Amino acid sequence: MTAEEWQIIWFTAWVSALSTLAILPFGLALAWALARRDWPGKSIVETLVSLPLVMPPVATGLILLKMFGRHGAIGGFLHDTLNFDVIFTWRAVLLALGVMSFPLLVRSARVAFEEVNPRLEQIARTLGASPWRVFFTITVPLAARGIIAGMILAFARALGEFGATIMIAGNIPGKTSTLSLTIFQDVQLGQDEHAFRLLGASVIFAFAAVWCSELLLRRKRKIL
Amino acid sequence: MNLLLKKILLPLADFTLEVDIEVRDRITAIFGPSGAGKTSLLDLVAGLRRAQSAFIQLDDHVLTDTAKRRSVPTHQRGIGYVPQDLALFPHLSVRQNLLYGCKSGAPADPLFAFDRVVDVLEIQPLIARGVTALSGGEKQRVALARALLASPRLLLLDEPLASLDAPLKAKIIPYLTRIRDEFRIPMLCVTHDRLEALTLADNIVVLVNGKILQTGAVLNVFNRPANAEVAKLVGMETIQPGHVMDVNGGLATVKIGKATLTALAPSMKPQEVFACIRGEDVILQHDNASTTSSVRNRLFTRVVALRDEGALVRVELDAGFPLHAFITRPACAELALREGENITALIKAQAIHLVPR
Repeated sequence: MTAEEWQIIWFTAWVSALSTLAILPFGLALAWALARRDWPGKSIVETLVSLPLVMPPVATGLILLKMFGRHGAIGGFLHDTLNFDVIFTWRAVLLALGVMSFPLLVRSARVAFEEVNPRLEQIARTLGASPWRVFFTITVPLAARGIIAGMILAFARALGEFGATIMIAGNIPGKTSTLSLTIFQDVQLGQDEHAFRLLGASVIFAFAAVWCSELLLRRKRKIL
Repeated sequence: MNLLLKKILLPLADFTLEVDIEVRDRITAIFGPSGAGKTSLLDLVAGLRRAQSAFIQLDDHVLTDTAKRRSVPTHQRGIGYVPQDLALFPHLSVRQNLLYGCKSGAPADPLFAFDRVVDVLEIQPLIARGVTALSGGEKQRVALARALLASPRLLLLDEPLASLDAPLKAKIIPYLTRIRDEFRIPMLCVTHDRLEALTLADNIVVLVNGKILQTGAVLNVFNRPANAEVAKLVGMETIQPGHVMDVNGGLATVKIGKATLTALAPSMKPQEVFACIRGEDVILQHDNASTTSSVRNRLFTRVVALRDEGALVRVELDAGFPLHAFITRPACAELALREGENITALIKAQAIHLVPR
């Protein structure tokens, strides 16, 4: 393994983990609102959130490129007022991974929230607990298995993301190159040996993630 | 306690809950068949449900006033709630469940101190356990203790005994009466079981299909149902306070008014009881000498009044206590019953239900 390969592995791992953590609060809030409340436009939001799952990732990437580019609505604003660029930086990788894995987290967490008996939350409130306390001490712990499963799915999706990332982050060595992008590029350039080493790293990575999640879930099951 | 439930309107699936009452007594039973809107009423008091219109006031705190768009959030109401399924938190231990509602620091009211509540409900040995490992009766006691430890101003109980079998019921009832007596906390208790209502409550609200049919002291409502529907619900025609004088071989000797009767002894051996007798279990006959029979109770009575009720006649008797009998019209004619006449009433021991009071 060369220093450059380690850098790619390390960057992929932490940007995937960071994107999973970054979408967690929004994902949980939205999943809860979908599971527990009725509001106008709910079905539209529901559909919008799931779109990245069914649309070609490259298409999602193009939409993000148009929105966050210097001439896009959001990207233009960020550039003009805060001098803050997203496209073709590591922040674009984070954005692509977050958007692509968001639906997986929301779907898992939503099902998990729906399975929590609302009576438990109501009775917790009669015991003097504020809505926030009920959420963090009753709802989240009882939905923990589904939430953890959703986070692992999101993390795994982020590790392998390709289409949207290449659209908005490019493949800049040392800046935005992830495992998937580099493997693709290496094969294109005929550097098979290099690609296989990274392939091995991906397999170990995937194995460790799934194995850890199974362990976690098994322990959780014992508690419940 | 003074709980005002005024102008309450809540549309439910099959009917609209309409309630306008004032509840004063320490334990009030909300009595009615299942699906009468009883749980919905408790949910309204706890603030877990919004009504179309409602004014709810506990002592001098207005909890809900839809006219002024005011509603105190559930967690600030200070109302304990033990639902029918108990809702113990499955991911927490018994101790964590109990402490969930405790205010941080010392409780304002030493009445609800942890050790005292745990003592009264006898749950000390359960504290270190997980909730899922508890039996039905243990869960019930833990749920009651958890509600008490939040120092509530009012306790709502939804069918506290419905999910328990008879022996367990007999075990839990003393705990409920102990809560009533030791913590002096007002309770609203939903039940569809008349014996439960009789045992626990001072006052009763009869609720059927969302409407209140009768309110009043339990004995009054049970002995003088306002209409046929209430009468059908409460079932027992005679309910009288009695005193158990002796228990021997499973049979109790009970003094009721001026009469002494033999009844099956109840499982918890209380001293003070209500004796409940169904009108159709009372047999009337003219006394012709000393025929021996299997019937344990032979009472010499005087007919006070005769009332037609469809195919049956309700005979109101003075047996040293007021006793009602239901007989058919032909039987009434054959016996040639008249007001002021004497007649013998026969009641089997097992037809007299003794309920602790």
